[in-house]
Amino acid sequence: MGVEQKLGNMGIVTAKLEDAVNWARTNAMWPMLFGLACCAIEMMAAQASHYDMSRFGMELMRASPRQSDLMIVAGRLSRKMAPVLRRLYDQMPEPKWVIAMGDCASCGGVFNNYALVQGVDEIVPVDVFVAGCPPRPEALIHGIITLYEKVKGEKFVAPT
Amino acid sequence: MGVFDPLLELLRGLGTTFKMALDKPVTYQYPEEKRPVRPRFRGRHVLKRYENGLEKCIGCSLCAAACPADAIFVEASENTDEKRFSPGERYASTYEINMLRCIYCGFCEDACPTEAIVLGDNYELSFYDRRSAIYTKEMLLEPVPSVEMTTPRKVEPGVFTRSVPEMKDPQD
Repeated sequence: MGVEQKLGNMGIVTAKLEDAVNWARTNAMWPMLFGLACCAIEMMAAQASHYDMSRFGMELMRASPRQSDLMIVAGRLSRKMAPVLRRLYDQMPEPKWVIAMGDCASCGGVFNNYALVQGVDEIVPVDVFVAGCPPRPEALIHGIITLYEKVKGEKFVAPT
Repeated sequence: MGVFDPLLELLRGLGTTFKMALDKPVTYQYPEEKRPVRPRFRGRHVLKRYENGLEKCIGCSLCAAACPADAIFVEASENTDEKRFSPGERYASTYEINMLRCIYCGFCEDACPTEAIVLGDNYELSFYDRRSAIYTKEMLLEPVPSVEMTTPRKVEPGVFTRSVPEMKDPQD
């Protein structure tokens, strides 16, 4: 029994709470700085005025995991850095999302060796992989829009 | 130094601020308005065709050998005149590129003897999982110029015997 059964279809009034919350989440998602290599340069360019990620609710990059919703892993992750990444991910409040930006973060890229983690999804659950070496700022924004599409379809209760 | 000097300095600084506020914005409204890429930009790959619709790729795997990231997988099969995909003996029956491994260096383009693989200008590559990042031959191949030019097709025997086209001017 919900409000929409009492009121009938009244458009925005009976819009599902889920949709409203997901809309709010996609319009104020603060990313955490996780620039590890050259992809960070493109991430900074995506934040700067030519591409301006604040059009998508990413007003500022947070340096603290406690204030961020989205972790953009930009660059190759070494084995030594991996526990730090996991710890910072654990410190982020729920709900939280991860974008693996670039080839190295997604699957190791050209660096198929012992020193690097072959894809950050070994360490943290990744929502969106962005291809490119490094991806253009537009490609990162495309990845963010892809993530928003996913977030907009999220449910509070898992379908049985 | 006068009393009003700090005020004048302040006004001069604010003048710059107001001038910038009236400037045309530099932001590209990305998903709606796309910035054109440079002529030599290397984006997602495209497998090309000849004007007669046959595939340029002959399945030689030189691109896979040149690839520094091991992103390309090629498997070749034999062409026949009954079922012809490309000129010459062989064609690529499987052609896969892992878009998340590829670093878009263009070495495959350089290595290709028939100029079959070309790096295009699409950079919008985001995936929910790594499995969907593997692009198959159907996804990479450019569409046929007209309906009767699909591959595989039946051709007259003895016409398409040469896999690499003859060079127009070998002295170049």
